[in-house]
Amino acid sequence: MLIITCPWCGQRDQSEFTAHGEAHVARPEHPEQLTESQWGDYVFFRSNPKGVHHERWVHTHGCRRWFNVVRDTVTDHIFATYRPGERKPEIKG
Amino acid sequence: MSVQQFRLERESTINRSRVIRFWFNDTAHEGYQGDTLASALLANGVRLVARSFKYHRPRGIYTAGPEEPNALVQLEEGAYTEPNRRATEIEIYDGLRARSQNCWPSVDFDLGAASSFFDRLLPAGFYYKTFMWPRSFWMLYEKYIRRAAGLGRSPMEADPDCYDKTYAHCDVLIVGGGPAGIQAARAAGLAGARVILADERPGLGGSLLGEKYVINDRPAMDWVDERKSELSDMPEVCVLTRTTVTGYYDYNFLVANERVSEHLGPHNSGAPKERLWKIRARHVVLATGAIERPLVFADCDRPGVMLSSAIRNYIHRFSVLPGKRFVILTNNDTGYRTALDILDAGGMVAVIDIRSHPAGELPDTARNTGIRVLEARTITAVNYAKGTIRSVEVMQLSEDCTQVTGNAERIRCDTVGVSGGWNPTVHLFSQGRGTLRFCERNQCFVPDRPSRNNPVTLAGSCRATWRLGDCLKEGFDAGISAAGEAGFAMPGMTHEEDAVQDTDHHEPRPVWILPCEHPIGQGRKKHFHEMQNDATIADIALADREGFSSIEHLKRYTTTGMGTDQGKLSNLNALLALSEIQGVPMSGGRVTTYRPPYTPLTMGSIVGHDRRDLFLQRRKTPIHSWHDRAGAVYEDVGDWERPRYYPGPAETMHDAVQRECLAVRQSCGLLDASTLGKIDLQGRNCRWLLNMLYTNAWDNLSAGRCRYGLMLNEHGMVFDDGVTTCLDDNHYHMTTTTGGAARVMNWIEEWLQTEWPDLEVFATSVTEQWAVASLSGPNARALLSGLTDVPLDDASFPFMSCRNGTVAGIPARIFRISFTGELSFEINVPARYGLALWKALMDAGEEYRICPYGTEAMHVLRAEKGFIIAGQDTDGTVTPMDLGMDWIVSRKKEDFLGKRSFDRTDTARPGRKQLVGLLTEDPEFVIPEGTHVVKAMKNAPPMEMLGHVSSSYMSPNTGRSIALALIADGFNLKGQTLSVALMNGTGHHVTVTDPVFLR
Repeated sequence: MLIITCPWCGQRDQSEFTAHGEAHVARPEHPEQLTESQWGDYVFFRSNPKGVHHERWVHTHGCRRWFNVVRDTVTDHIFATYRPGERKPEIKG
Repeated sequence: MSVQQFRLERESTINRSRVIRFWFNDTAHEGYQGDTLASALLANGVRLVARSFKYHRPRGIYTAGPEEPNALVQLEEGAYTEPNRRATEIEIYDGLRARSQNCWPSVDFDLGAASSFFDRLLPAGFYYKTFMWPRSFWMLYEKYIRRAAGLGRSPMEADPDCYDKTYAHCDVLIVGGGPAGIQAARAAGLAGARVILADERPGLGGSLLGEKYVINDRPAMDWVDERKSELSDMPEVCVLTRTTVTGYYDYNFLVANERVSEHLGPHNSGAPKERLWKIRARHVVLATGAIERPLVFADCDRPGVMLSSAIRNYIHRFSVLPGKRFVILTNNDTGYRTALDILDAGGMVAVIDIRSHPAGELPDTARNTGIRVLEARTITAVNYAKGTIRSVEVMQLSEDCTQVTGNAERIRCDTVGVSGGWNPTVHLFSQGRGTLRFCERNQCFVPDRPSRNNPVTLAGSCRATWRLGDCLKEGFDAGISAAGEAGFAMPGMTHEEDAVQDTDHHEPRPVWILPCEHPIGQGRKKHFHEMQNDATIADIALADREGFSSIEHLKRYTTTGMGTDQGKLSNLNALLALSEIQGVPMSGGRVTTYRPPYTPLTMGSIVGHDRRDLFLQRRKTPIHSWHDRAGAVYEDVGDWERPRYYPGPAETMHDAVQRECLAVRQSCGLLDASTLGKIDLQGRNCRWLLNMLYTNAWDNLSAGRCRYGLMLNEHGMVFDDGVTTCLDDNHYHMTTTTGGAARVMNWIEEWLQTEWPDLEVFATSVTEQWAVASLSGPNARALLSGLTDVPLDDASFPFMSCRNGTVAGIPARIFRISFTGELSFEINVPARYGLALWKALMDAGEEYRICPYGTEAMHVLRAEKGFIIAGQDTDGTVTPMDLGMDWIVSRKKEDFLGKRSFDRTDTARPGRKQLVGLLTEDPEFVIPEGTHVVKAMKNAPPMEMLGHVSSSYMSPNTGRSIALALIADGFNLKGQTLSVALMNGTGHHVTVTDPVFLR
């Protein structure tokens, strides 16, 4: 079971959190201008990497705030956590 | 009553002043406090204790610990019974009752074994092969196989014991209370760290319990006792005995099971039976020791064959010499230690060493004391009769150990000890994602690199450190470094060396699978490497021949290592056998994955207190006590308990629901709608947000007005619906479905926090702050007008609007909205007034014969009007257009969540499943929900399936059955006749209609 550092509450047990998939998937500003495949990419496709993954979590049983986690999907090592809007940290797996 | 004729005079951990009487297979026996069931049975000369899983072969006690594959018993009876308990771990108590498993009618005479039928019926992979036969054959054999091959019986009654659960944090968790673990605890404790030391046995000592070691010129157990009292004086050190660490998870999260009171017997304590520890440790020290490795030879599974270290354990820990005449078969020096201890305890012993010219301290000592040593030989037969080994046959081994030559010599004996060297217990390390490597020198897998997430240090024989002196030093150093890693550095603290006399240790001759006169698998004798699941070396060869040659396939095909012992004895020899068959070196490092738990956990321990009323939290509305008194029958909606219907005297559910439905349309009904999700939205940008969340337009909704909306995900699919009311320009009251409340709340929060953080909107869940009574029916206005100061006429309080006022003197927010299609007022009051409001409405409603109604009537009433239930008539694949609700989708809005997906090829295509009504040919027939709709009924599948029935009821207000269904191209099929395919194989004609049944 992971230990996740909530950027507001500090280190907490994984059972307090919920994972919400890949981070930094911005909603297109003008969906109506996108081609079908561009919109399809946004709605359906995620990078699903083996290794370093930037993902979104929420501190469900805590402050109920969303934030981002950089996690290695193979080892489950967490490199960093950061608030939404903060710059994506560069991590080398 | 048998006497303990195998008990020795010498001292050990048993307490002779306390005699314990217990029952095994209905025979009374005596043992002493401190005995395990296994040691007590051996003391009484009971050797045949179980039948094997597949072939029902007689089996005895093979080990003295958790690695036991054979001696599995059914412990206790009735509600207290537990299957598959290892006799080597059960501490005996007065009145204990245990039985053999897998035998009928008795362990001594077993019908399953009497016919050698099983042998041919059940080769490796028999399940898979059997499934490949014609299906009818499987039906025939299944019953027989299931009865014959089983592992004990589950209790049929509820578990009367209670179980506890606890969480703990520590700086250093040490697993294993042997010499290395004790040292680690001492060092980390001296450094000031918070320490937990866990060991599965009743007391500390580990391997020292079962040996004759001397430390500082005194018996090793004296050293253990001193250390124990030293540890108990350290306030930050917690020693947990009878506690097995069973799982090692990420970030040093470990799970341990403490057997709190089982050793006192089932009725003798108010304490919990077991306690599950969930431990988060800054640093972990694994001092989990090693398990002796078996040798595989002809019929090596006979009762009376056991690990040589187990024999030493029974001598030193329990004062039991488990036989009179012993033969030790060994490929290394430790076998000689056993031989010397047997001699010392008064037994007769010979050593069969597969090595030629074994030299060194132990073999020399053995020869000098007169023990007969046979070199370069192996056992080729175990002569077993009437529950006892009579003799073994021994032959010369060829140079390469693949064949035997010459004549067999018969040696009389009743017990055979085997030693194939040692195998480090790396289970936990591997569970914690540490990698293993094959150690050529020791011919076993040893820990290599720990996972980055799990700071861990290993000490002692679990990393193939064999000498006691080295283990003591390593343990101490591990404790120091673990404490240091956890922030308790102690510079300059060094290990005061204890004086230990160690013997030389020679590596084993790397041979574990030993031949007999006939090639393995081609004669009567069997070479079992896996005793719990009855798998042989011949099965491994078969698996390889049939293509199951990767180790993960081999494991499943032969079931090696898939028993409750997880192959603690068998895995390494199976890998070796496969390597030899394939001619691949072991150093390839192929090893199957170790998975938790290390030893089985009871369901009780995992569940703890979370059962019965504590299993699931129940949400109840403030009006619940009234429903209880009214005799409501409840249904679970999410975590809520909602009244489903209120049966009158002698009324069936059908009667009650029909009555409630009629009452609402004819006069008035009252529904507890407090469970509806309610979200309070405030802030300057609420309107903008609503425009994005819902498909319709919210720009011109004025204060006091309500609007219904559908919520879509970005796929364009409906996931919730509800009515939102504008209280003022910057303040809104949103309602959601009961089950979707949390989902919608999260949906809003996620968008606000991640995508639109600049918006000023505050969303607050107020579901539980409001109690809601929904008054519905033609008399609703007349009834309510007597209780409220709010004018209710159409002009001052139109449909889809909201007014504040009082109802029965209670401050209330009243919504004129409707889910039944009748005139309705949803009266919201602060939750604490909910019951008072309800009672006032019921009292005032008496003259209108007001009828409380439940969710079932609510479902029928809304279906009569064709109103959908999100989550019942939608399933995540349904767009508003599929529901025929184009009217709610704004054409003018540039954007809202899900809008762009409407133009996707699949969403826009004709012929999608669409919501329609169905009328059955027989108006009395109610189609079961979920039934498939087909174009035409055929005698057998396949039939052309068009969709399914999502809602179906008997509707009293239309006088017939009605149904809603999602059907391909449904809108174009209106008026046509289709069929529903029923579970009994018949069909029923239905006509496709509009989904509104009552106008």
